[in-house]
Amino acid sequence: MIEYRIDRRSGVATYVQIVQQTKQALRLGLLEPGDKLPAAREVVEATAVNPNTVLKAYRELEREGLVEARRGLGTFVRRSLGAAPGDSPLRGELSEWASRARAAGLEREDVAALFAVVLDEHFDTTEKEQDHR
Amino acid sequence: MTSSAIEATGLGKVFRRRGGWALRDCTFQLPAGRVSALVGPNGAGKSTLLALAAGLIAPSEGTVTVLGGHPADVRPRIGFVSQDKPLYPQLTIAETLRMGADLNPDRWDADTAERVAAGGGLDLGARVRSLSGGQRTRVALALALAKRPDLLLLDEPVADLDPLARHELMGTLMATAAQYGTTIVMSSHVIAELEESCDHLLLIGDGRVRLAGDIDDLLAVHSLITGPARETATGADFDLAPHTTVESRITGRQVTALVRPAGPLPAGWQTNDLSLEALLLAHLRNPAAPPLALGPASASASPTSQEATSASAIPQEEPA
Repeated sequence: MIEYRIDRRSGVATYVQIVQQTKQALRLGLLEPGDKLPAAREVVEATAVNPNTVLKAYRELEREGLVEARRGLGTFVRRSLGAAPGDSPLRGELSEWASRARAAGLEREDVAALFAVVLDEHFDTTEKEQDHR
Repeated sequence: MTSSAIEATGLGKVFRRRGGWALRDCTFQLPAGRVSALVGPNGAGKSTLLALAAGLIAPSEGTVTVLGGHPADVRPRIGFVSQDKPLYPQLTIAETLRMGADLNPDRWDADTAERVAAGGGLDLGARVRSLSGGQRTRVALALALAKRPDLLLLDEPVADLDPLARHELMGTLMATAAQYGTTIVMSSHVIAELEESCDHLLLIGDGRVRLAGDIDDLLAVHSLITGPARETATGADFDLAPHTTVESRITGRQVTALVRPAGPLPAGWQTNDLSLEALLLAHLRNPAAPPLALGPASASASPTSQEATSASAIPQEEPA
C-alpha cells in the first residue's frame, strides 16, 4: 500500500503529485502488479484533499494503462514501470558513480544538474511535459 | 445527468433594520456531489446565503431550490453549522449527542457522532459551557455529520480550529463526501485553507455572486497575461479588446492583466500561471469587473445577464 504526501507549496497540481508518487512507487518496485491502490476515501481522509482530485489522478493512471479500476473492489496495479527496481545492478552503478562524484568534491546541486543534463541528452522530454500538464 | 444540490434564481434578502440588501440578484447552480468554497470578504452575504439555503430565513426576492425542493421541506437532509455554533451550554457533550439522536431518529449515525466529537481527546462528559470555541465547533460538526445529510452547509467551519484539528476534520469531511457523495458548501475568507479541499467556487462580494463554477473551469477561462504597453502622447497605453479585462495595471512599459480571453491573445503577450488566490483577489479588488457564473456542464464563458447592466460599471457601495 502506498501513502501519498501532498505538498501544498510545491506548485505542482495535487492530482499530478498523486500520479507522480504512484509512478515513483512503481519504478522502485514498492507497488507491483496486483497491488491495490488506497481507496479514494482513505486518501482524502488522510490528506484532506478533494475526492475528485484523487479520482482524477486514478483516471489518469488508468488511461496510461498502469492501473485498472475493478467495480466495487478498488483500483489495482496492472503493470510495473521501468526496468530498474530498487535493487537492480543499474542502481548499484549509479550509487557508485554518486560516491565518486562526491569524492570529487561535487555538491548535491552539482550532481543534480549534471544528472538532469545527461538525462535530457538520452531521453526525450515528452513524458515529463505530460506529467506537468 | 447531474442534479443540482442548490439552485438560486434572482435570490435576494433585505434586512430593513440593518438598512439594506444583504444579498441581491444571486443566480447560480451547485451540482450535487461537489465541495464548494463560499468565499468573500466580511459582510459580503455568505452567512445570509447559507441561512437561505438552510431554510432558516425566507428570501425577500427570487427563489432557492435545495435538493430539488423547498429548503424547509428538505431540512432533514440538510446539515447546517452556523458561525456561532449554537449548542446548549448546560448539556454535556454526551447529552448533546443524545439530543441529536432523538431529534433525528431516522438518520442518526451514533458511531460517527462519537468518533468526531471525541476525536480531539474531548471528554464526552464535559459540559458544552466549559468548551473552547474550537471544541464547540467539533461538537457542532459531530451533530451535523451524524445526521448523514445529503447537503452540508458550513459557515466558517475551520476558523477557530487548531491546525491539527483542522486537518483531521477536513479529512473527515472529505471522506464523508467520498463515501456518501455528500454535497458540501463551506464558507471562509481564507482561500488557502479551502483550495485543496474544494472543487467548486462561489465568490460573493457586496451581496452579489461575482464568480460561480467549477474551480478548474474558472481558472481555464481566465488568463494572467503580461505584454508591452504602447507609448502615446499621454503616456503608456494598451488595448485588450475584445477580451474581457478583470484587472490591469501598467508598470513602466509592461502591462499585467487578468482577462477572460475571447479568442487568441495578441502577439507579444505572455501567459503566466494563474492561482485561485490571484483570481479571487483580482475580482475582489475590482468590483466593477463583470460577474461570471459557469454552468455545471460547460467550461465556456457564459456571462450572466448582469454583465450587460450599466450598474456593474459603477463602483459598488462600500461593504458594511
